[in-house]
Amino acid sequence: MDRNSRLFKAVDAMLIALMLVPILVAIVLKVLFTPVGEGISITGARIYFTIPMPLQDLPITEAQINSWLVMISIFALCLFLTHGLSVKKPLKRQLIIEWAVEKVQAMVNGSMGLTFAGFAPFIMTILALSAFSSLLSLFGLFPPTSDINIVGGWAILVFALITYYKFKCGPVEYLKSFAEPIALTPLNVISEIATPLSMAFRHYGNVLSGTVIAVLVTTGLQGLSSLVLGWIPVVGEFPLLQIGLPAILSIYFDVFSGCLQAYIFAMLTMMYVSGAFPAEKYEQRRRLKEQRKKEKKNSIKNKSSNENLEVN
Amino acid sequence: MLQIAIGIILGCCALGAGMAMIAGIGPGIGEGNAVAKACEAIGRQPESKGAVTSTMLMGCAIAETTGLYALVIAILLIFVAPNMLVDILLTVAPIA
Repeated sequence: MDRNSRLFKAVDAMLIALMLVPILVAIVLKVLFTPVGEGISITGARIYFTIPMPLQDLPITEAQINSWLVMISIFALCLFLTHGLSVKKPLKRQLIIEWAVEKVQAMVNGSMGLTFAGFAPFIMTILALSAFSSLLSLFGLFPPTSDINIVGGWAILVFALITYYKFKCGPVEYLKSFAEPIALTPLNVISEIATPLSMAFRHYGNVLSGTVIAVLVTTGLQGLSSLVLGWIPVVGEFPLLQIGLPAILSIYFDVFSGCLQAYIFAMLTMMYVSGAFPAEKYEQRRRLKEQRKKEKKNSIKNKSSNENLEVN
Repeated sequence: MLQIAIGIILGCCALGAGMAMIAGIGPGIGEGNAVAKACEAIGRQPESKGAVTSTMLMGCAIAETTGLYALVIAILLIFVAPNMLVDILLTVAPIA
């Protein structure tokens, strides 16, 4: 397709709009559903509405809505970055996404080995989703990663992957891996359950603690400014110290910590999944199976040849 | 009487949260050690800075876990436990 054509530019504009509209929708929803007169406060995810279900009502919270909106936004971002790919004249965005993909592939190959090279898209997804969810707090929105339900869901997904790779050598080997030293069986079971739990707690605790500290500092600055500047007639009514100072904290807690937690979650996923796969035993089993097959084939061949001989 | 009981509940929740965060000492010392050793390693071999830094960040994240468990308990004690306990108290206590 011609890159200077109107259609190309129109599609670009549509994709950028699709990237930004979910964030706007989230802001509008937040403004609509936040009760009037509530200052800065620490609340969990607000329940937007509930869907009646037979057993228990299903609450749809801010965290769920925001995480779906982030997903739509990332989807549009991916489409935008891969729009107009070409070999001869790459656009700037193509170079950016190529750099990112190469980095992630190198990371996966380096820490998981070539057996798991197919994991690169999954790891990239985790990185992007986690980082963008945490960065959502830059818009003043509720970051979905500071809700344990969202991060817990990801951790359960990782746990399922770990269990799948442990099952590669059959259920007997899986059960045997818990009883490595037989005396420590209960501890092994506990540590197996603790893996997803600690992953979820680590991610959610880091993001939530950032939010809590930011709110405490902001309310503290409000009090401080009324104490220090309160005697000035008109200016004293505004919390002037709140301007700018919490932004310095935000650089650490929202930007740095959010991206670091995304990196750590992806890194731990890679380590646990590649650590769960017993590569040597799997190879041994495969070789044994192939040998048995060959032996069977040989024996069948021998039998048939013997029969042929007898007939002759 | 009921007010005193609610006051005791709130106070004990706050005290418990503060005491739970004593666990923050451990990760602090541990991460400090990790970063100190990483700095030493980079000083000895400046060319391995990237690998040392990423390994250190991973180690720090894992060492932080115990502190975060305490943080979760403290947050539960501050934001969740008082409401629940007061509700239980109000349903159990005879209405005078």
